[in-house]
Amino acid sequence: MTKDGAPALRMDSVRKVYPTGDEEVVALDHATLTIDHEEIVALVGPSGSGKTTLCSIAGGILSPTAGTVVVAGADITGYSARRLTDFRREHVGFVFQTVNLVPFLTARENLLVVDEIGRRTGAPARKRADQLLEELGLAGRGRHLPATLSGGQRQRVAIGRALMNDPDLVLFDEPTSALDTQLGEQVMELIRDEMNSRGIAAVVVTHDERMTHYADRTVHITDGVLEGSPPR
Amino acid sequence: MRLALREMRRQPGRFATAVALLTLIAMLLMLLGGLLDGLIQRSTGAIRAQPADLVVFSAASEHSFLRSRISPEIRARVAAVPGVTRVGGIGVSQLAARVPGNGPRDLVDVALFGYEEAPSGLPSPPAAGRAYADRVFEDQGVKKGDTLSLGPARTPVRVIGFVEDVSYSGAGTLWASPQTWRDVQDANRPGSSVGAGVFQALVVRTSGDASAVARRIDRATGGATVTVSRADAADAIGGVRQQRSVFNQIIGVTLVIAIVVVALFFALLTVERIGLYGMLKAIGARSRTLFGGVVVQAVVVALMAATIGSGFALLLDRTLPPGTIPYQLLPNRLIVSSIALVLAAVVGSAFSLRRVLRVDPASAIGRSS
Repeated sequence: MTKDGAPALRMDSVRKVYPTGDEEVVALDHATLTIDHEEIVALVGPSGSGKTTLCSIAGGILSPTAGTVVVAGADITGYSARRLTDFRREHVGFVFQTVNLVPFLTARENLLVVDEIGRRTGAPARKRADQLLEELGLAGRGRHLPATLSGGQRQRVAIGRALMNDPDLVLFDEPTSALDTQLGEQVMELIRDEMNSRGIAAVVVTHDERMTHYADRTVHITDGVLEGSPPR
Repeated sequence: MRLALREMRRQPGRFATAVALLTLIAMLLMLLGGLLDGLIQRSTGAIRAQPADLVVFSAASEHSFLRSRISPEIRARVAAVPGVTRVGGIGVSQLAARVPGNGPRDLVDVALFGYEEAPSGLPSPPAAGRAYADRVFEDQGVKKGDTLSLGPARTPVRVIGFVEDVSYSGAGTLWASPQTWRDVQDANRPGSSVGAGVFQALVVRTSGDASAVARRIDRATGGATVTVSRADAADAIGGVRQQRSVFNQIIGVTLVIAIVVVALFFALLTVERIGLYGMLKAIGARSRTLFGGVVVQAVVVALMAATIGSGFALLLDRTLPPGTIPYQLLPNRLIVSSIALVLAAVVGSAFSLRRVLRVDPASAIGRSS
């Protein structure tokens, strides 16, 4: 899964600064965080606290202003935008809050998008998509369009897509924000079970403290500064 | 690419407006192209039918039959030029003709040619007072055996057969012997009558490099002639260049409109897709892949429009009564119009490139519903 037993994510003194006019906004200040493989970390913070920035840097969407980011043994700090794109496609899974699934593709095709945007493998990808759909309890829903699926089923499809590339790290952006408490807990349970059974590390961004007990560890972030809590 | 094609299949309604607009543009392109080809064909048929590589006019005639005169002496010099294999004299009178059975004011425009070398589709020149007629006269009520009265002198010419695609400067033609032409010219255009052996131009067959022979001819006549290729002679017919230029300009503007339509449509579509593109970029799609999808969709829209437009052009060709609108359907025109429309679509879709490049994958994260 990870290279040479390296942690799934290692961020060392990561800083992200956005220039706004003459001033600079520090979105992330000397963030240091290590996530072992098979570990699920809940990242909790109010809006504007920097959790999105941290998540984007960890997933190779943004590059840090300073510091080091190592994902599964690969130091992606100095990667070009294009190399980061390829890296995300091959090593990171994402489950987003809003635009998640392609509306005109069926559940199965939404999983296969991962194969189609990269170097296509064809039959192995189709086999993996079918297997993931079955494991996620969506075996009969493969041909359904997202609009005909329930909120929970849509999240399952999104999780399936995040797992298509057999990632080293999966980032969940507020996966329960659009769901009621009961469904939210079901989804968190599913995330925990799926990640644990595959031994994949995950970062779950949330502002809902009720969901944090599904994680192995909770990290709080306020004004771009991380405050870690000890592993449970 | 598969993603782009699947979107078109699953959500055809989104593309219906673009297909409809481009189809109208394709129809217009093919109609304009067909009209241009039809007009040019009706102007140049007589010259295109000439069994010649070169046409020799007198100097200062500006390639006009009306102004050109070739004397027997000049003709002899032309015939003696190395590389010239056959020489034939040709002359034309443009007149109005009365058709038997038509009203006294219902005149038809006629160009009567006197020829020596038989143009394609014609035998050697007929006897005096007889002529082969352009097929277009059939639509104007002329039948084989009819005698047309030409010009103010009402010179009688009897139609003994028909021939295709030999119109000249928009008028139907009659093909007669040089003597018949001279008689008609003497009776109706006494000011422009020519002596025996004199023609307006020569049609010349060559062996070897025709343009080199053309230069040799003009040198041999001491600059008394201007020799051009058959195609240039056809282009020199009054109005041909102007028609082509005007129509090509309209076709150009139509293509610009196609570019604008495609650019606007796909710009709107791209704006709608910013969220989707952000998500796809975040999970590892390259801008190139996404933009490629936009181009593929634009090309498919253009191909659909071109196909429907071609169908319309074929239908028009089948249903237009002959002799009404000068519309000519050429396969090349359909192919060139279709390629031009597809290129316009590619150029139009390229205006979305900057928008696609600017979509930030980071926009996919941290956006609340």
